[in-house]
Amino acid sequence: MSGGAERRLPGHYLKSKEMYSLPGLVEYRPVARYLFSAGQAQSRFLDGLKEGKILGKRCPRCGRVYVPPRSYCEYCMAPTSEWVELPGTGEVHTAVVSYISTFRERMEKPEIVAVIKLDAPGYTKGGYEFAGLFHKLCNVEPEDVISGRAIGMRVKPRWRPPEERKGDVNDIECFEPVES
Amino acid sequence: MSRRVAIIGVGWYGFKPSIPDLSFREMMFEASMRAAEAAGVDLRKDVDAFVSSQEDYWEGIAISDEFAPEPIGGVLRPTFTVAGDGLQGLAQAYMLIKTGYFDVVLVESHAKPSDILSLDKIYELALDPVNIRPLSPSNPLFTAGLDAVAYMSRTGLEREDLAFIAVKNRVQGLRNPRASYAAKISLEEVLEAEAYIYPMTRYEVAGFTDAAITVILASEDVARRFTDNPVWVSGVGWSTETGTGALAWHEWGRMKSMRMAADMAYRTAGVKPSQIDLAEVEDRFSFMEPLTLEEARLAPEGGAAKMAREGVFSPDGSLPVNPSGGSLAMGVALEATGLARLLEAYLQLVGAAGPHQVEATRALVASWRGPPTYTSMAVVLESEDAL
Amino acid sequence: MRPNIHVKNKVAVVGAGLTLFRRRMLETPRELAWEAASMALESAGLTLKDIDCIVIGTAPDAFDGVHLNGEYLADGAGGVNKPTVRVYVGGGTGVFVPIAAWWHVASGLCRTVLAVAEEKMSPAHPHPQGVFAYIWDPVLERPLGPNLIWIFALEMRRYMHKCGAKKEDIALVSVKNKANALDHPAAQAAAKITVEDVLNSEVLVWPVNRLDISPVSDGAAALVLASENEARRITDSPVWVEGVGFTLDNTHWYNRELGYPRYVQYAARMAYKMAGIERPWREIDVAEPYDPFDYKELHHIEGLMLARPCEAPKLLKEGHFNRDGDLPTSPSGGLLGVGNPIAAAGVMKVAELFWQLRYEAGARQVKKPVHRGVAQAWGDLMQAGTVIVLGN
Repeated sequence: MSGGAERRLPGHYLKSKEMYSLPGLVEYRPVARYLFSAGQAQSRFLDGLKEGKILGKRCPRCGRVYVPPRSYCEYCMAPTSEWVELPGTGEVHTAVVSYISTFRERMEKPEIVAVIKLDAPGYTKGGYEFAGLFHKLCNVEPEDVISGRAIGMRVKPRWRPPEERKGDVNDIECFEPVES
Repeated sequence: MSRRVAIIGVGWYGFKPSIPDLSFREMMFEASMRAAEAAGVDLRKDVDAFVSSQEDYWEGIAISDEFAPEPIGGVLRPTFTVAGDGLQGLAQAYMLIKTGYFDVVLVESHAKPSDILSLDKIYELALDPVNIRPLSPSNPLFTAGLDAVAYMSRTGLEREDLAFIAVKNRVQGLRNPRASYAAKISLEEVLEAEAYIYPMTRYEVAGFTDAAITVILASEDVARRFTDNPVWVSGVGWSTETGTGALAWHEWGRMKSMRMAADMAYRTAGVKPSQIDLAEVEDRFSFMEPLTLEEARLAPEGGAAKMAREGVFSPDGSLPVNPSGGSLAMGVALEATGLARLLEAYLQLVGAAGPHQVEATRALVASWRGPPTYTSMAVVLESEDAL
Repeated sequence: MRPNIHVKNKVAVVGAGLTLFRRRMLETPRELAWEAASMALESAGLTLKDIDCIVIGTAPDAFDGVHLNGEYLADGAGGVNKPTVRVYVGGGTGVFVPIAAWWHVASGLCRTVLAVAEEKMSPAHPHPQGVFAYIWDPVLERPLGPNLIWIFALEMRRYMHKCGAKKEDIALVSVKNKANALDHPAAQAAAKITVEDVLNSEVLVWPVNRLDISPVSDGAAALVLASENEARRITDSPVWVEGVGFTLDNTHWYNRELGYPRYVQYAARMAYKMAGIERPWREIDVAEPYDPFDYKELHHIEGLMLARPCEAPKLLKEGHFNRDGDLPTSPSGGLLGVGNPIAAAGVMKVAELFWQLRYEAGARQVKKPVHRGVAQAWGDLMQAGTVIVLGN
């Protein structure tokens, strides 16, 4: 491909309308259904959520408390041992404002999505690794994300009422700012 | 091609039709810890690269290799996935060591078919979307039936010849703790059982099993530091006969990819088929065991089924074939099936097979990825006693 | 891993091929693979008979809508009746395909390897974004209804916070790459745009606007790699694989700092060590860092140690990374300009180094003399780094 520009490359572009009017177009919807085993660590974690608790699991070697918990420490390759209940508080590591849904449809009301760095023992302050969750924020305005005020903000979980909890990560409705 | 490659440890977990209490990741961890213990290796310090073997739709996760590193020790290490059978993963590890740059490489594969609720539809999803899927074959494994019929008509075999393989392997499996589908059955029971894919009945088609297997390989000099009982990976081979979109090109009733994979494994090992004294080979459909043996030149064309009935391939015969019970007794562990065969051959060569131990020093391990694909893998393993 | 060992068998890239990258293509995935593969063979003056082994790369099967997609592509990729394997590290697959081809040859097992990557995102319907709904942890993440752009936006926001980078600083990457792509014959999204155009494009997930992102594409790309003996027979100007590196970080991307990609740095260190490079910011002449999003190029430049952490936005503004700059990055136009058929885009980047190092890049040829280049891709949940160093 010397020169690059002069050579015409293979392939034929189709406009959307052209593609949908192609003869022999086959529509197929994959039937892919699964029943995932959450396993030892995640199952207990989900039970904890139902009780309004955020549970972590400690590595006996390095002392990291994992949230979400795992059955093994990925840095030491040792089975994790004791369960630790965390206060649930933490700070916003990063946050964004989403205007689109999973399937890229425009949403009426934007959502604030964040990585929450939880207060948990076993990590160096300001270190690369931390215990944390991926979740949504409420009582935080898009402007707080854009200005940067939201980052580093102290937050706590807002739990759904006990009767609505299902042992699901959505038992936490969202994280919200800790009142000062 | 100077450095030899050894297996220094193998670990496994599962081999049950369903393991609801552990996630696939926890199964991977259990297998990897056992392999590390067997090899005397610290997974976080001694391993140069990690290979996982899996496929997205078996896992139910797009980009499933995201989940590979944590349970096998591969976090922040050279870790990658082969979208293929564990033996293809093993071949990559073999090559990595042969470059001279890597000394210890871990290979992992796992399967949790019990998590999949629509397994037949997942198989259907592997068929060509334009040419074959619109035909909505009621059983997406139908290509195996076509191959079985073509094989029978080429060799003059009868249904009894194929059914006998199911009897042999399911009964042999009774001595193997990993063989969840072992059964004391008779030829009549196999022949009279419910038809599954003509010409095969339910007993002639392997079930599915949840399993995780981890194998640790090392270069020769490093292997000696860890073990005094290495098993040598003397040769590897793998081949694809045709893409799944081109079934029309497939040579029905043959396994051309198996022939090519086995020939490559013998060539890289520098051994002749006649030197093989143990075979752990593909048998997820009854006809595949004799066909594989023929394609791998361990039996003459059309002669394997007869040799099986004469006892040549029995545990006390001159060439034991699938003394583990094979996939017919152990179940198909999706992409971990090749490593299941390798695990069994390895245990035989180090004398740790337990109740189903046979005498052997040089094994052919062979697996196949279908249906509906036509990729085969073969490995020649040798114990320290193989001369 | 052995330090300071010279890999016994040297490996060279001797041919490259590409299809057009477009939003929708008439060709089936297998046909796209065949087009790229046959062009790569032709450019090396070889036929399929001369090829010992095949390596295939394609990212999630869900795009093509085919389970066991490597098997499906095998005949288009020339993999029939040959040792064929598909390797996979998510979005990092593109650069990983030539890395896997490298060990096929460096091991001595294969003399020549055809490395083919293909992606056809258009069959996923109504929008390929839907496929990304299934990349998450099925228990802890999927119930939140995540969108792939979320995690990029989260990473970008963190990078901006950590480095004090502004959206307009980052948008310059998109402006540069889309302009570079005007000279690329495969380009899908080449354009003369301004920073304002980026800032005024639709906000998807703040801070990510539509023009911060590479397009959805169909396309294929292929390379031919060969042992030293074969390479010298095939061409007078082989381009050598001097180093390869690859790393996977943990799955729990929300359990670590998102402002700096340590997974790229680890992979880069491995590749530089193999190549004997100690000061990459001086020893690398041209780079193709992975740029599915504009901030990603800056993030990856820092991970590749071509700039200090947080220094890339400033160097970008000074023109350091322009085609006539001191260290041109994405002279091809990158994913932002040429397009992003995932695995094929990574191979396109390695192909660009191949052409640059042979002084065959035509209007895209960088101004400075070139001896060594680095290409990199990223993948999975902010996890995978794949790095290859080529030299002439």
